[in-house]
Amino acid sequence: MRVIAWLVEGTWPACVDAVRTHAPAPAEVVLLHVSGPEAAGLAHGAFAGLLGRGHPERDPGALLETLGGSSAAGLLDAAAERLGRPCVREERSGRVERQVVAAADGADLLVLARDGDRSRLGPRSLGPAARFAVDHAPCPVLLVWPEPAPDLATLPPPPPRP
Amino acid sequence: MLAWAVVRPFGWPEAALAVPAAGVVVATGAISLDHARAEAERLGPVVGFLAAVLVLAHFCDVEGLFRACGAWMARWAAGRPVRLLTAVFALASAITAVLSLDATIVLLTPVVFATAARGGVRPKPHVYACTHLSNTASLLLPVSNLTNLLAFAASGLSFTRFAGLMALPWLAAIGVEYLVFRRFFARDLAAAAPAGQDPGEAPRLPLFALVTVGCTLAGFVVASAFGVDPAWAAAAGALVLAGRALLRREAGVPDVVRAAAPAFLAFVLALGVVVRAVVDNGLAGALAHVLPAGTGLPALLGIAALAAVLANVINNLPAVLVLLPLAAPSGPGAVLAVLLGVNIGPNLTYAGSLATLLWRRIVHQHDHGVDLGEFTRLGLLAVPCCLAVAVVALWGSLQVL
Repeated sequence: MRVIAWLVEGTWPACVDAVRTHAPAPAEVVLLHVSGPEAAGLAHGAFAGLLGRGHPERDPGALLETLGGSSAAGLLDAAAERLGRPCVREERSGRVERQVVAAADGADLLVLARDGDRSRLGPRSLGPAARFAVDHAPCPVLLVWPEPAPDLATLPPPPPRP
Repeated sequence: MLAWAVVRPFGWPEAALAVPAAGVVVATGAISLDHARAEAERLGPVVGFLAAVLVLAHFCDVEGLFRACGAWMARWAAGRPVRLLTAVFALASAITAVLSLDATIVLLTPVVFATAARGGVRPKPHVYACTHLSNTASLLLPVSNLTNLLAFAASGLSFTRFAGLMALPWLAAIGVEYLVFRRFFARDLAAAAPAGQDPGEAPRLPLFALVTVGCTLAGFVVASAFGVDPAWAAAAGALVLAGRALLRREAGVPDVVRAAAPAFLAFVLALGVVVRAVVDNGLAGALAHVLPAGTGLPALLGIAALAAVLANVINNLPAVLVLLPLAAPSGPGAVLAVLLGVNIGPNLTYAGSLATLLWRRIVHQHDHGVDLGEFTRLGLLAVPCCLAVAVVALWGSLQVL
């Protein structure tokens, strides 16, 4: 059995805990982190907007790419330590939601955390990336709350009878 | 020439075409030698001022000011994204205002990204904040932005009066930007980092750099009170920091020259001459019909909106060079309204102007992976709100001061 845990800054501990609880002991666990291109792209763009500065070696975007790589490695290290059992670390970069779906190909379980508005139960608790991954995952999905789930009282009222 | 500066073929510096182009317009008589000389004399001190500020920012970085900023932000935010965003807003606004927008983009952005990533916070809103504030927060002082330096020379305002008039629009624009960010990135900001993060070691206070920058700021005020060009204060500050680095053998003379970006300075001079030639040959007449006269609130709003549009069509440096001679006769209020437009307007697209963005996409056939829809949505929310509020604040300041 192959279990993929998609880890994101801020919400990853809940995914690791879910793997510890729900993945059987002999399962192969893959800790996945995907770096989006936005931050480095923003820095590239901001520098490009500085008309006339020349000096492409001063472009901060390249530095951001390097920094992003090392911070992803740090996150995966912390997660592996929290998991406390053998695992594979996988770093990918690109369009986040598509990379997650591609990584889940052939897996037996994808573990991910809600990344939207988590103050109430409902569809808005999934952001665009998690929504895409849940909708398109080619395998079973385990969707966890990063914090204790909100109260049932946050349910919207039932629709009026037709 | 603008296309060249944006595309930068073969990685050549922009000045490689701009300087010959300036030579051509003078040689062909598109601009009289007197006008060219007047333009160069007007821009000379501005370029000197700019060089001093660039050197100052570079050696603040050498002294560890930006590393210390990262450590302060990390300790204060302690893994809470909203607090980190507040810290980024405070620091980016201050650094842009004092050390210019170049410092925020080139030196602060990597530090902010590293701080967010190390603290386990999603970096996107914070990096966005740096790029937006490098424009929005560059309203306060003449040194904050090259556009301000150009307008400062044209407006005839003193350094302190410029800062006094722009203080309220600066605060208002940053405040609006903050509210827009809190709402736009609410989801990313809600993802708190796991507790128990190591905040990192306490930063070493870069006292020398801070004191030098503080003295330079005080020097601006004193210089303008005595009618001395504040560029001398900036030059003194730059000399102190660069001199210290030279004495300690942390940098050589070539480093200082490189920090002053001579190719960029030549580009600015040449751009000034070429734009003057274009303005002399008909653009002034065309724009004079469109530009509202007077300094009432509707006129200021119109000027700022036109400047923002022009900044997006032809980039903000040429836009300010075109609009200044037209706005200057209406008084300082109109000049400052132009500045609000050209400084806040570029946030509409991620490459600073629509023109830059389109050229880059056409020529390089790749984007840098930025979600253009998201950036443009944020820009469409933030730019009109900031601009309107800042213009009203400027109008209020003009009534009171």
